[in-house]
Amino acid sequence: MNLFLDALNFLFDPANLTGANGIVPRLVDHVWYTGLSMAVAIVIGIPLGLLVGHTGRGRNAVVALSSAARALPTLGLIFLIILYTGLGVGPLIVVLVILAVPPLLAGAYSGLEAVNRPTIDAARAIGMTEWQILLKVEIPLAMPLIFGGIRSATLQVIATATIAGYVGLTGLGRFLIEGLALRDYKLALAGAILVIALALCVDAILALAQRLVVPHGVARGLTRHPDESAAPTPRQHGRVSTAPSNP
Amino acid sequence: MLWLWDNLDLVLRLTADHVRLSIIPIVVGFIVCIPFGWLANRYTVARTILLTLGGVLFSIPSLALFVTLPALLGTRILDEANVVVALSIYAIAVMVRGAADAFSSVSRDVISSSTAVGFSAVSRFWTVEFPLAGPVLLASLRVVSVSTVSLLSVGSLIGVQSLGYLFINGYQRDFPEEILIGIVFTVIVAVLFDTILVLVGRLLMPWTRATPRRRSVTSAAAPVTA
Repeated sequence: MNLFLDALNFLFDPANLTGANGIVPRLVDHVWYTGLSMAVAIVIGIPLGLLVGHTGRGRNAVVALSSAARALPTLGLIFLIILYTGLGVGPLIVVLVILAVPPLLAGAYSGLEAVNRPTIDAARAIGMTEWQILLKVEIPLAMPLIFGGIRSATLQVIATATIAGYVGLTGLGRFLIEGLALRDYKLALAGAILVIALALCVDAILALAQRLVVPHGVARGLTRHPDESAAPTPRQHGRVSTAPSNP
Repeated sequence: MLWLWDNLDLVLRLTADHVRLSIIPIVVGFIVCIPFGWLANRYTVARTILLTLGGVLFSIPSLALFVTLPALLGTRILDEANVVVALSIYAIAVMVRGAADAFSSVSRDVISSSTAVGFSAVSRFWTVEFPLAGPVLLASLRVVSVSTVSLLSVGSLIGVQSLGYLFINGYQRDFPEEILIGIVFTVIVAVLFDTILVLVGRLLMPWTRATPRRRSVTSAAAPVTA
């Protein structure tokens, strides 16, 4: 437990807080990389996933893509791309976007796929246009899975941004990597605690946001026990249970 | 490709390490998930606790977990055990959710009928519920297997030997070919494990192939969500 005390001492030492290599600027960088890559990935992944889910076209491609993405080792991918493009924030963002798109696509697509077919037919039968069906029926019902995709993509991006420390970029991973390189275990552990705290906080914030965004009726339907629910679709829980593809 | 032939010994040795280290978490995840998954399916309270805990553990970035475990377990930082324990934690977190879903996918009517014809609770579990939950369990196990193989390489950042060594070495030497070979071999291991799981699944659950369902939501969504 002494190790934890040492690490906590490091974290609560005001001298380590600010300054060019302090905790605060590195935290800001980490959050910045994560936010920027997620924004780009959401703009690409969600509309594409909704398109595939609504039309049913390209479904096999999405399934294949998300399985393939899971098998690719992120560490190798990030090193390979950086060797080709050179070091910098730009290439890092590109890598993070590449990693974040498949879970977003899968979440949006499988969210729409899981919507009860008769419900959509009913919406069409009462005269809704395709846009209305998408915006007023499919997206609200698919919200838990869409949000699940966003949550797992965000976690993966936070985790991968940690590795950025290894290729000379800043972010909270820097403490961890420096600690390992200098054999300063206290520093590495402090870095690990910071990364874990960031991941858990962001996930908690997203969980709260999910509660606000997911319509009440849909959220209630999810918590019901399968025996009571008449829906023939397989039970889907709040998040897309992706594999721990976070590096 | 010349590099590969010159270093075939190294690559094969690392592949063997990779296989050895990734099998343990997959097996541990499968064994541990059965009692916990049963609990989570049986009691709502257990379900809430286990799935929340799993979600929290699952959201911890792997490199951070690898580095934190020595302080918790008293292991040395370079110990393989850190990576194996961390990957087992992830495997359990994913598999418990998968197992809970798998057991709840078994039809209530079937369970009631087997009780009615006189199965005891234990034999009903092993001869009725467990086999019928098999396909959904297998889907989770495949996800765990692929991601364990891919995650293991991160362990090379803390010095645990696996195919990830090729990524770091290739990066340090500015030699993309080595990284590419590392990626290709990692994917080969993942595909090999997946193929074995599918084959074992067909062998143990021959009934899953008997009724090929057309375009059902379950089969289409399984590779993504399960």
